[in-house]
Amino acid sequence: MSSKRFTKDHEWIEVDGDVGTVGISDYAQHALGDVVFVEVPEPGRVVAKGAEAAVVESVKAASEVYSPVSGTVTAGNQAIVDQPGLVNEAAEGAAWFFKLTLSNPGEVADLMDQAAYDAYLKTLE
Amino acid sequence: MTQSETPMLTVPLDALHRELGAKMVPFAGYSMPVQYPAGVLAEHLHTRSGAALFDVSHMGQASIRGAKAVELLETLVPGDIQALGLGKTRYSVFTNDQGGILDDLMISKLAEDHLFLVINAACKHADFAHLKAHLGDKVELSMIEDRSLLALQGPGAAAAMVTLCPEAGAMTFMTIAEITVAGIKCLATRSGYTGEDGWEISVANADVETLARAILAAPGVMPAGLGARDSLRLEAGLCLYGSDIDTTTTPVEASIAWIMSKRRRAEGGFPGAAVIQKQLAEGAPRRRVGIQPDGKAPARAHTEITDEAGNRLGEICSGGFGPSAGGPVAMGYVPAAFAGVGTKLKLVVRGKAMDAHVCDLPFVPHRYFKG
Repeated sequence: MSSKRFTKDHEWIEVDGDVGTVGISDYAQHALGDVVFVEVPEPGRVVAKGAEAAVVESVKAASEVYSPVSGTVTAGNQAIVDQPGLVNEAAEGAAWFFKLTLSNPGEVADLMDQAAYDAYLKTLE
Repeated sequence: MTQSETPMLTVPLDALHRELGAKMVPFAGYSMPVQYPAGVLAEHLHTRSGAALFDVSHMGQASIRGAKAVELLETLVPGDIQALGLGKTRYSVFTNDQGGILDDLMISKLAEDHLFLVINAACKHADFAHLKAHLGDKVELSMIEDRSLLALQGPGAAAAMVTLCPEAGAMTFMTIAEITVAGIKCLATRSGYTGEDGWEISVANADVETLARAILAAPGVMPAGLGARDSLRLEAGLCLYGSDIDTTTTPVEASIAWIMSKRRRAEGGFPGAAVIQKQLAEGAPRRRVGIQPDGKAPARAHTEITDEAGNRLGEICSGGFGPSAGGPVAMGYVPAAFAGVGTKLKLVVRGKAMDAHVCDLPFVPHRYFKG
């Protein structure tokens, strides 16, 4: 079972110590369709839980990626900026969007685990 | 009109679309395929390299018959329908008294007293009412409800088409003919709205599924949805009614004044002629232009266009990612002084002013078959 936690907006975060890695779920990439443009945050940017942190665009539409938790961005993933299609291929792996240092690790507990997220997705069908 | 109030209409190919795995979306009151499992990107690229079949049956088809059909239709459109040869098709618009555009349409001359029109889905009832109100007692009008419309598009369209209809290969761009495709009688124009060679095929609803299956079985053909159709027509620099042209834009402002011949420009005789003639003589205050964002971020419809100092100039009417162009492409309205190719602009995307410049249209060269 994955140690990822998920938001209702289909972001995921994987936490190691006080560092989180954030991306969008496989469900989200599938719903978006072909991803053609990605914008990731610069290191040093302070983001609040639920605040807009990145942008992902498919052929047809632009969507915001919200930070699942509060913190300070330490890295954006240049690989998906250079090759947006990677988001479709590896949404929950190599195509992470950004890493951040958590300012309030307790916020992670509010997020869904894999089983809860899978159950949530079933309610969207 | 909202989805909850209005039941979705279905096209005769609805079951086939679902069998092919299409994602169906509401469009102009119809449930239509926006994409198939291959996805918009693959469908778009395949249309530019091979051939794709689109169902555009939501669009309206109409016929006008009568000895004076040609001269009467000219009272509603600025196009030269008198000069249109038999078996030829022309792109035109219905105008209003302000010179604005009520709809764009394709007009084909099947006989001197018989015109065939293809009009937009969202406008078709208003168009028909407009025709009836102005011409109703002088010509025989009919909305054709029992026929579907397919578009086969792409550089591979001709090779695929001739396997089903050998004589189709002799047709040239913007001609219309009654042909038999896969044993089915069709009315086909060598045209489309992707910038590629191809055909739009009007066929009886009862036969459309058999025809669609035969075309899909032809070499190199895959199905494509409205998503790809939109990105293809945007790269081709073609106007989408409701986005790039509407009742507030004249043909001169929309940069489609080429639809008017010398005679019609001089004579007028269509709604809003005075406004349009004045713009032809003096220039329109604003123009639709191609806009190339200099960065990678797509600029979508309604994105604000400013000059380099940040003064508002207008907005993007259609914009997005062009799969064949390999980056963002857009069209927008700017004041005439900013319409020159190369003029530097800014596009306000998510609050940030991004560099862009006015460019030539189309983004991808048209590849029509002119014989």
